[in-house]
Amino acid sequence: MEEMNLNEMKDLVLNYVIKEYIDDDDVTITYETPLISSGYVDSFSMVSLLVFLENKFKIKIPPSKATPEAFDNVNSIVALVNQYLK
Amino acid sequence: MISMPDHFTYDELSRDFSWSIAEKELEYKPGDRINIGWYCSDRICLKGHAEKTALHYEGFGGVEKKYTFNDIRLAGNTIGTFLRGLGINDGDRVCLFMDRIPELYLSFLGILKIGAIVQPLFSAFGDESLFVRLENAQTRAVITQKKHLPKVRKIRSQLPHLEYVIIVDGVKASDLEKGEVLFSLEKSEPVENLDIHPTTAESPSVLHYTSGTTGQPKGVKHVHYSLISQYLTTKWVLDLRNEDIYWCTADPGWVTGTSYGIIGPWSLGITQCVLDSGFSAQAWYKFIEKHRVTVWYSAPTAIRSLMKAGDEIVKSFDLSSLRHLASVGEPLNSEAVIWSERVFGKPFLDTFWQTETGSIMITNFPGMKVKPGSMGKTFPGIRGTVLDPVTYAPISEHGRAGLIAFQPGWPAMMRTYWNNPEKYRDKFVNGWYLSGDRASIDNEGYYWFIGRDDDVINTGGHLVSPFEVESALLEHPAVGESAVTSKPDEINMEVVKAFITLKPGFAQSPDLELDIMNFIRKKLSPLAMPQAVEFMEKLPKTRSGKIMRRVLHAKEWGEEIGDISTLEND
Repeated sequence: MEEMNLNEMKDLVLNYVIKEYIDDDDVTITYETPLISSGYVDSFSMVSLLVFLENKFKIKIPPSKATPEAFDNVNSIVALVNQYLK
Repeated sequence: MISMPDHFTYDELSRDFSWSIAEKELEYKPGDRINIGWYCSDRICLKGHAEKTALHYEGFGGVEKKYTFNDIRLAGNTIGTFLRGLGINDGDRVCLFMDRIPELYLSFLGILKIGAIVQPLFSAFGDESLFVRLENAQTRAVITQKKHLPKVRKIRSQLPHLEYVIIVDGVKASDLEKGEVLFSLEKSEPVENLDIHPTTAESPSVLHYTSGTTGQPKGVKHVHYSLISQYLTTKWVLDLRNEDIYWCTADPGWVTGTSYGIIGPWSLGITQCVLDSGFSAQAWYKFIEKHRVTVWYSAPTAIRSLMKAGDEIVKSFDLSSLRHLASVGEPLNSEAVIWSERVFGKPFLDTFWQTETGSIMITNFPGMKVKPGSMGKTFPGIRGTVLDPVTYAPISEHGRAGLIAFQPGWPAMMRTYWNNPEKYRDKFVNGWYLSGDRASIDNEGYYWFIGRDDDVINTGGHLVSPFEVESALLEHPAVGESAVTSKPDEINMEVVKAFITLKPGFAQSPDLELDIMNFIRKKLSPLAMPQAVEFMEKLPKTRSGKIMRRVLHAKEWGEEIGDISTLEND
């Protein structure tokens, strides 16, 4: 995978979240929008988001780190991903 | 208004028990009219509690709304009048397809008041899950929100019985399609008087859908008389008292959210709180602290998620208002019971019941000795046992595993499966209702859960049919064959796992796995989404070609595979 800067990573995750989990066209999702605590992404669907991150960034995130808090917005997700990028 | 059984023990309440206790308290006599919508609102107002708070709603981002019992009475009248104006009649099915917004709870009352049947469906259902349930029920109207409208529109043309799609928020009149109607409770003139439909004990009330091992989901038909056992079990097991602030965390798309998230508390005139947002330990504890919740009815999956969040976070909140905690949906493990006693100062008490039973059947009764990990004892008036799986005779030996069964006759027992009397009859053997779960009973009458007696997957307290997921998987362009079973999960007890073979021309890859997961999530629901997909060269089958799910299940759970003499060989 080509090296990405932080904003490119955030946009990649943001676009995926909007495409896969947001049905309402009127909802605006930003890097800070709460995803789990707001109910936009439920705890079951979080697993598919985890698989997306692991596939896309070729990383393995331990289950103990894949918490609702860590997945609650794009910024925190990318911060988590960065911990496991070589 | 409510006399509580504080000073009575389980044994005392069991002695000379009769459901007429509830009938008397509700001032109902056999043959009278009985309407759940009226009992949950008008009657409470007539008893002098019109200005008491019935519902304290909180949405994400701090949006709050409060409704008194008079408000919910008027709202039920207004919605009922609106539906009647559309031509909705008694016996018609009206689906509620909404998040946990106030209109969901208030429409529930309005539909019942006019004698129509409420069909609550989980708003996270995908279009396929929605379609099969609306088609089976021949639903005449769906009440929904703008955000869920795309799923309804996608299937609308295939549902000839669906005349109205009623949207309660956010759509401009100019954007409506044929058969879509706007309804705003806030903009409607409150209706003071509504002729309540003269429903009687056996009039249908609620149609919940549940999944089985085979075939499509089944509509479980309940009647207005279910109120009798929902009222009494709420009062005795959840121990609700006049001054309580009650929080049931279940979504009314599932039976707990209606039996104990609407009917039970409101028929008792209790104030309840609703939190409509995603899960986070911080948000939940903050909600309890803010609303001074006293009685909390939740689920093992949520409790285990709270455990995972740790003990420290609990200390950041004042949770001293909590008086009584109960749990439902799946077996509550002993660690969770012990943990809750340590951090909250009181244990979560497990309760067991099902969509079909309509009300609590086995429970850890308040004041009763708690055996962590046990389901408790049968509710007074419920005759339960475990049956030998071969002879279906009751097992008298303590500790021996059998099928949990109940003798029919309690008020909230389902009356049939919608359009499926054969499946309904199959649930009874030798006069016993078969729950589909296995347990043993100890020498003190406590039930100990063992597992399902079929292939149905109980994930996070919700039943998922492997058949339904397997069928949906076959619609994915890459999938040749599919088998679905459960795999162990620390939080949800078990989750869905799919085993698939690919059609020629497709190669396994992580991206394909994700694509298959999302395909099922959108088509059925997030609950049904396989949390793992295993690609196989071929699936284990009998010589006659039937897929042997149990071989895959045993592999996932590290169990003995058992007899594989019928397994197909190369």
